[in-house]
Amino acid sequence: MVCFVLIAAACGSSTKSSGSSPPTTPTTTSKLSGALNVFAAASLTEAFKDEKTALASSASGLSLTYNFAGSQALVTQIKSGAPADVFASADQKNMKKLVDAGLVETPKTFARNTLEIAVAPGNPKHITGLADLEKSGVILVLEDASVPAGNYARQAFTKAGLPAPKPASNELDVKATLVKLTSGEADAVIVYVTDVNAAGSKVEGVDIPDSQNVIATYPIAAIKASKNLTAAEAFVDEIVSGSGQQALQARGFLPPS
Amino acid sequence: MVVVGAVLAALFFVVPLVGLVWRAPWSSSWKVLSSAEARAALRLSLETSVAATALAVVFGVPLAWMQARVSYPGRSIVRAVTLLPMVLPPVVGGVALLLALGRNGLVGQYLDRVGVHLPFHVAGAVVAETFVSMPFLVLTVEAAFRSADQRFEDAARTLGATRFSVFRRVTLPMIRPSLIAGAVLCWARALGEFGATITFAGNSQGKTQTLPLFVYVTLEGANSDAAIVLSLVLVVVSLVVLVSVYRWLGTS
Repeated sequence: MVCFVLIAAACGSSTKSSGSSPPTTPTTTSKLSGALNVFAAASLTEAFKDEKTALASSASGLSLTYNFAGSQALVTQIKSGAPADVFASADQKNMKKLVDAGLVETPKTFARNTLEIAVAPGNPKHITGLADLEKSGVILVLEDASVPAGNYARQAFTKAGLPAPKPASNELDVKATLVKLTSGEADAVIVYVTDVNAAGSKVEGVDIPDSQNVIATYPIAAIKASKNLTAAEAFVDEIVSGSGQQALQARGFLPPS
Repeated sequence: MVVVGAVLAALFFVVPLVGLVWRAPWSSSWKVLSSAEARAALRLSLETSVAATALAVVFGVPLAWMQARVSYPGRSIVRAVTLLPMVLPPVVGGVALLLALGRNGLVGQYLDRVGVHLPFHVAGAVVAETFVSMPFLVLTVEAAFRSADQRFEDAARTLGATRFSVFRRVTLPMIRPSLIAGAVLCWARALGEFGATITFAGNSQGKTQTLPLFVYVTLEGANSDAAIVLSLVLVVVSLVVLVSVYRWLGTS
């Protein structure tokens, strides 16, 4: 992990930013100024907040505002003209909606993530894998199928050769799903590995084997209508190959490739 | 000047409606309305909102009566607490309900032992809607109890009627228009409930996925046309009820 972080950080400072910037520009952070509205998938909450803290010192002229929600909700907002400068999605599908609508620049993959089962500490229902989640007496809560994580979770059941799950509730983002577990209503949920990490001791993770797991790829893109497009593009680069990688991987995200 | 303000205020309410109508996919609307999912959500919404209104009337009218007619220490605090759901963000109400009535909640842990489960079940959606909408009924009915002429009640009492008989045959008829107006407001609020429902009762098709939740989920999914059509249904149903009730109140 430390290796990755160092490599990514090293890459960041040498990668040129998009556009024909003069070679004298040392890093992308010098372009990071003004106000930026970043719309990001709910699963990115912790990592992106860490990144904001990191940028506070290296790009002090930047005023960063986040809007975290399910990627599908953010797409709806952006399509309706919400003043977003950058969009970071938890899946390609939702990013493609904006690409097809011609609203974003070419997206770049910046992270990968995998799914994990989360249960109450001590695993009171003795959940060992996906099959246990379909037993009667286990209250399973998932994200709605329109939410990236909910879509991935259903793919995992299919990969495992299991029937389609019948969740007690279909939540609108991973964080809301996790709340159903931590408040005690759900016995088990499926969220990203990074969400289980972020929840700390409030939940316990149960691994999903690689053969059944789904790898989520996260694309990020600047919004064409941005009033601060230079900074938006610089932010995208900073996430793809700059300090963003450090923040993401410290939170358990996998590097983009 | 006043007229300009009035017109702007009216436009403020009219323009969003026009927006819905403008974007409505009229040609495919029938297909949307005949989908099983949409009909399930519509039926569930009607059932839960009517149930919530019934609960609000059964429990809210006595509360309103007590607030208007009985003087006791802490009355203003009780009033503030019972009206709080009107101003609280519904999501906060949902969280509070979860902590009180959820499986690990203050009261919910005992409900769980006797097999009563509210989250992810129809009853949970009804509870969430009742919590958010009952204050509208209480507020309206309490004002009516306050302004009703108590001399009629006194007269009935001196003629030998029991307290309950006076309440049923004198007081209730006097406040009837307000009771109906309050119940309709309460019902309309329950029909539109979103935040407390999804936070407390979850989003479960056929159980807690009421029309507002269905609209929100489909708006973000592949079929955003469905969301617009169903929003219009919600608008039309609410509008018809509000207009007809206020007409009826005006003429009676």
